[in-house]
Amino acid sequence: MTALTGVETRPAVVRRPTVLLWALTLAVLLALWFAGARMEWLAHYPDEWVLPLRDWVSEAMEWLVKEATFGLFTFKEFTRGIAWLLNVPLQACLVLLAHGLEVPLGEESSILIPPLSWLGVLGGVTWLAWRVGSRGLAILVGTCFAYLAVFGQWNSAMVTLSSILVAVPVGIVCGGLLGILGYRSHAFERAITPVLDLMQTVPVFAYLVPVLFLFGFGPVSAMIATIIYAMPPMVRMTMLALRGVSAEVLEFGRMAGCSERQMLWKVLLPSARHSLMVGVNQVIMLSLNMVIIASMIGAGGLGHDVLTSLRRLAIGDGLEAGVAITVLAISLDRLSQAVANRGATPVHLQTEQGFADRHTTLLGIAGILLGTYVLAFFIPALRSYPDQLVIDTGPLFENLVAWVNVHLYIYLDAVKSWLLINLLIPFKRLLIDAPWPGVAVVLAMAGWRIGGWRLGALVASLAIFIAVTGNWEKAMVSAYLCGISVVLAMAIGLPIGILAAGSERFHRIAQNIADTLQTLPSFVYLIPVVMLFQVGDFSAMVAITAYAVAPAIRYTDHGLRGVPGEVIEAAKMSGCRRGQLLWKVKVPLAMPEIMLGVNQTIMMALSMLVITALVGTRDLGQEVYIALTRADTGLGLVAGVCVAFLAIIADRLIGAWAARRKRELGLD
Amino acid sequence: MVEESGAKEASRPDIVMQSRQSADAKLSCRGLWKLFGDDAERFLARCDGHPSAEQIAGAGYIGAVRDANLDVHDGEVFVIMGLSGSGKSTIVRCLSRLVEPTGGELLFEGEDLLAADEKQLTEIRRHKMGMVFQHFALLPHLSVLGNVAFPLEIQGVDRATRERRAMEVIELVGLEGRETYFPRELSGGQQQRVGIARSLAVEPDVWFLDEPFSALDPLIRREMQDEFLRLQRVLHKTIVFITHDFDEAIRLADRIAIMKAGEIVQIGSPEELVTNPATQYVAEFTRDVDRSKVLSVRSVTTQAEDIGEVAGEVKADERIGEVAHRVVNADRPFAVMDETGRVIGRLEKNAVLDVLAPHGSRDVAAQ
Repeated sequence: MTALTGVETRPAVVRRPTVLLWALTLAVLLALWFAGARMEWLAHYPDEWVLPLRDWVSEAMEWLVKEATFGLFTFKEFTRGIAWLLNVPLQACLVLLAHGLEVPLGEESSILIPPLSWLGVLGGVTWLAWRVGSRGLAILVGTCFAYLAVFGQWNSAMVTLSSILVAVPVGIVCGGLLGILGYRSHAFERAITPVLDLMQTVPVFAYLVPVLFLFGFGPVSAMIATIIYAMPPMVRMTMLALRGVSAEVLEFGRMAGCSERQMLWKVLLPSARHSLMVGVNQVIMLSLNMVIIASMIGAGGLGHDVLTSLRRLAIGDGLEAGVAITVLAISLDRLSQAVANRGATPVHLQTEQGFADRHTTLLGIAGILLGTYVLAFFIPALRSYPDQLVIDTGPLFENLVAWVNVHLYIYLDAVKSWLLINLLIPFKRLLIDAPWPGVAVVLAMAGWRIGGWRLGALVASLAIFIAVTGNWEKAMVSAYLCGISVVLAMAIGLPIGILAAGSERFHRIAQNIADTLQTLPSFVYLIPVVMLFQVGDFSAMVAITAYAVAPAIRYTDHGLRGVPGEVIEAAKMSGCRRGQLLWKVKVPLAMPEIMLGVNQTIMMALSMLVITALVGTRDLGQEVYIALTRADTGLGLVAGVCVAFLAIIADRLIGAWAARRKRELGLD
Repeated sequence: MVEESGAKEASRPDIVMQSRQSADAKLSCRGLWKLFGDDAERFLARCDGHPSAEQIAGAGYIGAVRDANLDVHDGEVFVIMGLSGSGKSTIVRCLSRLVEPTGGELLFEGEDLLAADEKQLTEIRRHKMGMVFQHFALLPHLSVLGNVAFPLEIQGVDRATRERRAMEVIELVGLEGRETYFPRELSGGQQQRVGIARSLAVEPDVWFLDEPFSALDPLIRREMQDEFLRLQRVLHKTIVFITHDFDEAIRLADRIAIMKAGEIVQIGSPEELVTNPATQYVAEFTRDVDRSKVLSVRSVTTQAEDIGEVAGEVKADERIGEVAHRVVNADRPFAVMDETGRVIGRLEKNAVLDVLAPHGSRDVAAQ
């Protein structure tokens, strides 16, 4: 008994200063709050104190474009050169897939060399899917591409696909090379890691602004933005994959007498190829996501269709293009995963094989493309999908929207208004009214308690940066939208995750849902939301929640499944009921993992936040969007960095907490 | 340096024994050190090349290999045995210079291996060394044939030649018919056969095996040990074999070096270790060994000029287990003959029984 009380008193000793400190912090916050009524600068960061950072950035960019020179050539010539270099393969792809080539003959006449037959492309990808995957995959991919043709999305989809076909290899090669450099040199890795961190948290729109400024409006600059956006995960995955190669394999390579180059190409890269393929898959998915968003700076294709329909509020058209993006995303995702899996699990072949046997896949594709191309000269229906067979679902969806508006409007509106009045607006007011120094103090305190004074100093200074650059209030609107959406996403994701962890069948279903949700480009989420709720904060919240729910499900499921079997058996043997088992054993042990899920949810929410600027929010995202329309680099970058800082604050705090908790639970 | 350490350690029987044999050593090291930590070389020099364990720990270094002396002779199986953390993996990596030793001498075929530059070292590794790894270290994207031919491919040997050679070693390890398989399609034992075949493809002069069978199930491990002995009967390689399993060491070794906390505690044949453990630590390992399989007839022979009437004769270098049945079932002792056929003494039934069923295990060694 004495021993027991001895144990119990210890945490109390530790806890007392924590409670006291927090009470003190809250008191400071409240004091600042009341003082804010007297001292205006406490409540609202004064305009005259704002650091003109955005002007400086804009001027620097101006200088870069107008005056900077490398000696032999100017910066402008340099960017032009890159653009030209990337334009060549892009035009080639566009000619092949979408436009064909017009060859002028003399003054007046010209002949059109047609693009590849739609049926040929469809047949080609289906054949590829069958060869690298299964019959199921072939059916899926075939159906997806057939959808593009039948619903009249073919040309736009091919334009989008062309950008992807160029952006992805460039992204993979550049990312891979940077990753190899990072693997070889620790100094380079240390230099590049924070840049990668920032690049992955800066909202996508923020990329577009400088690219627009440097490269102008058009498909090539859209593609450059896409490559820049999609590259960081490849760099990271390459470094990770190469470091993941076992020490023994490295030693074997050295014992076999490999040269540096042989080591890299014959030992390291092939051994790491499974992880590398994960990076490749990420590049593909991010490229697709970005190429859609980059329609704002002239990417064309499906993204352009969605964007124009959103601007016109033509929901039907938008939905059609949105579904087209979705099916394209799903086919590319599954195809690249199938290729990755096939490479990871090679199977021996029974017989000796000739050239034709070893290259059936490529020869098949070439045959199909060539055959249909020739046939298309005789059968025009093969050249381009006949217009009269196109099914236009636009009107159907328009009718659906009309029906929803007529019949469901009152209910939807009631829910929306109630939530707005009772939840959204009060929370928003609370955050906006909170004194900025007070919030900084609370953050510093949280950082200090969780991860030491360094973390505290980091989060506080990031918060102060946001205030100093004059973005505090907008940032608070972002925090409010993001916060509410994350809470909602967790409220939806947690129970689903718990259910999925409990049953195999539900697990597979949830897995599929989460997979599909994560495959969808962020743009697509806006369409149904606008259809049901019109524009505004509420719509933004719904879209963000839907976008961010996938990691909440996934991490909860994964965390609960990761609880060691022995612990569960021990709990059962001590007589836990199902409920007790879940709440007293599994959830506490899975908590660090679940918190990482929360973290991921916040990251997703922040990245979606900026996209929702299109449906009329008034936060940092809107700033970036405005900067884009005005090509105001300073405004766009500074607001973008502020969003990134919000993300970093949340990420570091939660990450540090989860890491500490994992250590305490011995789950490392 | 060599003489010095020999003289200094002359009181230790194992060291004396080993420097006596150093003339025909294929691979040998003298006063080899490996300390992990920053600026370890300077620290070693500061301590005149012989820091004590306390000095090392006090300065924050990890003494993975401390003052190791050993000779590996042409055609012998030299086993380095130690528990985890004893430095056995580090020492084998020092011998192949996968890990750069902090100090000491390292001779390979009489040449200073530490003086070899990167290019020479690559050449030595390509043609004269082979290594087998605990977790196989196969390349997942290559078939069995591709894996085995890989070291030759690296050397730039043309495809036909290297595949022909690879097929030879694949047959040698009994994997013919599996050459098109990929590593993940094979069992652990088969994967290690690939690892063995691959390391033999270049016909190495020195063959390093780093706990090659530790990742395998006991039954498979046994089978692979037999396979290893069979291969060695055919190949007569110079072998450095690492293990943490004393029984495995006894079974495979011509000589064993026992390591503890970075130091070599004793070097000797299995029989020498069992009959004459240098320290309590070594004795701990040898205590549960089946002596009848380790001890030779010679070790329990009663030396005598006149042996009297005998039931038959046995050879001095036979293991006791091999003759036990005959000796125990006869009513007279056996004559013991050395290699030249000369009678050196007699083998009593009681001596054999003592080995088979020891009552005071130390006494047997004393006889």
